Order: sequence, then structure tokens, then C-alpha cells
Amino acid sequence: MENQEKLDEFQARIDAGEKIEPKDWMPERYRQQLIRMMSQHAHSEIVGMLPEGNWIERAPSLKRKLVLLAKVQDEAGHGLYLYSATETLGIDRSELVDQYLYGSAKYSSIFNYPTMTYADICAIGWLVDGAAIVNQTMLARSSYGPYSRANVRICKEESFHKKQGYEMLAKMADGTPEQQKMAQDSVNRWWWPSLMMFGPHDSDSPNSAELIKWQVKLKTNDELRQHFVDRMVMEAEAIGMELPDPDLEYNEETGHWDFGDIPWDEFWNVVKGNGVMNRKRIKDRRAAHENGEWVREAANAYARKKKLQQEKAS
Amino acid sequence: MTTETKELTKQEAFLAYLLRLADDRLILGQRMSEWCGHGPQLEEDLAMANMALDLIGHATALYEYAAEIEDEGHDEDYFAYFRDDREFTNLQLCELPKGDFGFTIARQFLFSAFSYFQYERLKDANDEQFAGMMNKHLKEIKYHLRHSREWVLRLGDGTEESHERIQESFDELWMYIGELFYMDEVDEFMIKEGLGVDSSEFKKEWKKLVEDTLTEATLTVPDWDQFMMSGSRKGIHTEHLGHLLAQMQFLRRSYPDAEWK
Ligand SMILES: [Fe+2]
Ligand SMILES: [Fe+2]
Repeated sequence: MENQEKLDEFQARIDAGEKIEPKDWMPERYRQQLIRMMSQHAHSEIVGMLPEGNWIERAPSLKRKLVLLAKVQDEAGHGLYLYSATETLGIDRSELVDQYLYGSAKYSSIFNYPTMTYADICAIGWLVDGAAIVNQTMLARSSYGPYSRANVRICKEESFHKKQGYEMLAKMADGTPEQQKMAQDSVNRWWWPSLMMFGPHDSDSPNSAELIKWQVKLKTNDELRQHFVDRMVMEAEAIGMELPDPDLEYNEETGHWDFGDIPWDEFWNVVKGNGVMNRKRIKDRRAAHENGEWVREAANAYARKKKLQQEKAS
Repeated sequence: MTTETKELTKQEAFLAYLLRLADDRLILGQRMSEWCGHGPQLEEDLAMANMALDLIGHATALYEYAAEIEDEGHDEDYFAYFRDDREFTNLQLCELPKGDFGFTIARQFLFSAFSYFQYERLKDANDEQFAGMMNKHLKEIKYHLRHSREWVLRLGDGTEESHERIQESFDELWMYIGELFYMDEVDEFMIKEGLGVDSSEFKKEWKKLVEDTLTEATLTVPDWDQFMMSGSRKGIHTEHLGHLLAQMQFLRRSYPDAEWK
């Protein structure tokens, strides 16, 4: 029963900064919100392997091929930690996977944009992993223990991804005219989508207040976005990349960078499934899942046989 | 027309030997990397990316050393990006399309088992840098062998479907394994110098490991005496290699003056 006393007790623990662990009592709504958020985060890591995997075979040097492979491998690892952390809430990975492949569960819309040039890989490392770091650094202090710990681990690797993307983008910005053009074009295409990664404005974000009350999130979408913009403006300047927003301007009063209107129409369009790559991403993930079924079945059958043999032997 | 037999120099033999080893690993690693994001389960996405990383990492180290031996101012990328099909000397086994998961596993098992015996000996080669590299890579090869062997067992002795599928893969791959044991004047030179390995020395052990594994997996060992492909060490390839190289090399070759490292 979720009586008021229990809810108050729970809130008191949250307010005291205690971590909630899987065996602790928690409101059903808290559990559901976490499952939704954490699994969405996990699905995003997995779908995120596709746009970047798109350039492994064509990476322009052996070093960059290894860097990209290692990065995509890390993302698979992030997916794995996050699924495991979500399973502590009493739900199976297979069920979660079904929910996004065949149901209505979401993944981050950023991965529905295409990686058309190799520079996109660098821009993603800098901007998309950069935005993910801002978000995940906050989530590393989240009230749910397993989620918080998963994000601590993830953040270490994401900083590396961002650094590598940024470094290569800097090289391109300092490279041949073709490389410079390619780099700037990527930044132009990925800038606004990376701002949209923080979600809708606080006024349009119905879950935000509740998540903050429970300290699942510690900051609002707009706060995180502002923090990101402030950092990126400096980093862009340092490598001579322009950000495609004529309204970017330092605000002496707030100490932050003001920026222009985010093209929400485009964002909602992608969320609704009309991004350049939405259909292909889901199709690819479904194909991987379905083509892998015989493999998973074989592994299960083999494990059963071995267990039976062991039981007979003992 | 007469063909003159030109004596190989040590430099030429060493370079050719390093490139054969490196090409095998780059091309197989490239194939393995195609699985990234498309694996049958998340754990395998990780494992396959890991193997691809090792293979391409090993190739890179070998190319770096090859560039040193060649001494013409090339770097490791030169060998990967600026040679054409006829100059690649990887085994045809390595360039075949990735197929289904069973095909990828069967090939990896056959290749890793061979690499294991090969590197076990090369780690004592008469060249400190080369031997050190072989010794270092051997650890990873052992993991590839264990991982692919376990999957051969699971798929062979799993379900009826998995049994049939992987049996078919082994049957299809069999004609490409003869080349694993191909040896020519390059090998002979390297063996004489204490730098190379005589693969006939471990052919029996390799065959036994393969036979034992397939038998344990309830699979039929294909006919050892069937027709075997040849020519890859002289740059003869299937048509698949050209497409793989076209994809791998296009960006680098489109902007050859740009810095991409
Ligand atoms: Fe990640
Ligand atoms: Fe990342």
C-alpha cells in the first residue's frame, strides 16, 4: 500500500540525499518513471551504434578506424550496463527490447539524423557525446543507486569520445579546404539537433517537476541546455568552427550565452518518425534481432543440454 | 619467354611476410567490423567489436613494422589504403563476405586456430621486435580461439537449425583452408633465417584441434582431400576483395593530401 506515511518517508530519504537501492521500498510511479527513462537511455546507446558504425568500414586511417570501433564498442557496453541497471527494477531486458523494436518505447531522436560524411563522426563525438556528458554527469548523482553508478562508469568513457571527436574536428578545421568545408558543414547540421537532445523547454516538459522532486534528475532541460551552449561556444571558438546561430550573444547580466529559437517543428517531426533515418534505424535493429534469433535459441538449447548432462553426472 | 629466378633479399622476404600477416588481419577485421550494431545479442556485439579491434590493431602494428623494414618513407596507412587488389596478399578465406553469424564464427575459429599455432612459434623468432609483437598478440588470439570455439560448440550442438547452418558454413569454407598451409620461397627464406615458421610442423596439431572441436560439436568434418583454392599469396583473389577495398579506401584516396590521423 502506498500510504502517505510511506511516501513521506521516501521523500525524506530523497531529500536527505540518500540513494534508493533495488530492495528498498519505492512508489510505483517512481519505479515506472525510472524504467521509462533508463530503458530509453539504454535503447539510445544501442541505436546510436548505427550512425557511427556507418563509417567504421570507410574510416580514413587505421588509427581513426580503431578509435571509431572502440567508441562504438563502448556504446554497446553502455547499453549493457543500463539494461542491467534497469533489470534491478524487476523487468527483463528482452521485454524492454521488444518495447522499442515493436512497441512505443523511444530512443534519442538524434540518431535518426544521417551521418553523411566522415566529419559527422567527429561532430557527433564533440556535440552529441558532449551533450550526453552534460546529461549523464547530472544522472550520475541521480537518487536511484544502480542508475547513478551506471552513469558514473559511462561518463568516464564519454569524455574520451568527446575528446577524440573534438581533436579530429580541430584537425579538419585546420586541414585542407575540403576538410574545412566538410567539418563546418557537419557542425551546421548537428548543432541544432544536439540542442534538442536536452528535450523540450521546461514549460512543455510534463515529467520534469516530478523527476526533480524525486531527484532522478537534478536539473531542468533548459538549465542543462544553457550549460551546454556556454561550453560549446568557447570550444567552437577555440578550433575556429562557427555555430550556425546568428543570435548567439553573450549576456552580461546573466553571464550566459543567449541563443536563437530552436526549430521545434523539425524536432517533433523527427520524434514522430519522419527523420531521414527513422525507418532505417528500426528496420536495422529489428533485422539484427530477428536474424539473431536462431543464435540465441541455439545458445539456450546448448546451455540446457549441458545443465542436464551435469545433473545426470552428479 | 624465360622467367629468371631472382634471389630474394632478406628485406624483400621480411616485408612480404609481414604484409601477408597484416593483410589477413586487416581484411578479416574489416569483415568482422561489419557486424557492429547488427549482432545477434548485445554481448556478441561487444565480443565481435573486440575481435575486430584486435585484428585491425595487430594489422596496424605489422604494417608499421613493414614500413620500417621497407624503409621508403611509407607509413602503416600506405599499405592499407594505397595498394590495389593484386598487391594484397591476404588469404581468400579472410575476404569472403561475413555471411550469417555461424559463417563468421566458423571462419574465425579456423583462422584463430591456425594463428594460435603460428604465433606460438613466431614469438620465438630471431628478431626481437617482431617476436615481441607476436608474443603480445598471442594473448588476444587465444581469446579469439576460445570464444569462437565455444560458439562452434553451441551452434553445432544447439538446435537443429543452428547445427545445419554451421555445418553448411564449414562445408562452404573448407576449400579455402588449404591456403593456410601454403608455403613458397618467402616462407623458405624466413624459416632459414629463423624468422618464419614451417606450418607443416603444426598441421597435424591444427587438424586435430579442428577435428576434435567439430566432433564435440556433433558436426561432420568435411573431406580433407577435396579441391583447395590457391593463389592468394600471389595476389589472386575472389571478386569480393575489390569491393571491400573500394569501400575501405575511397575516402582516404579521395583526399590523399589531407591529414587523417
Ligand atoms: Fe554512450
Ligand atoms: Fe559515447
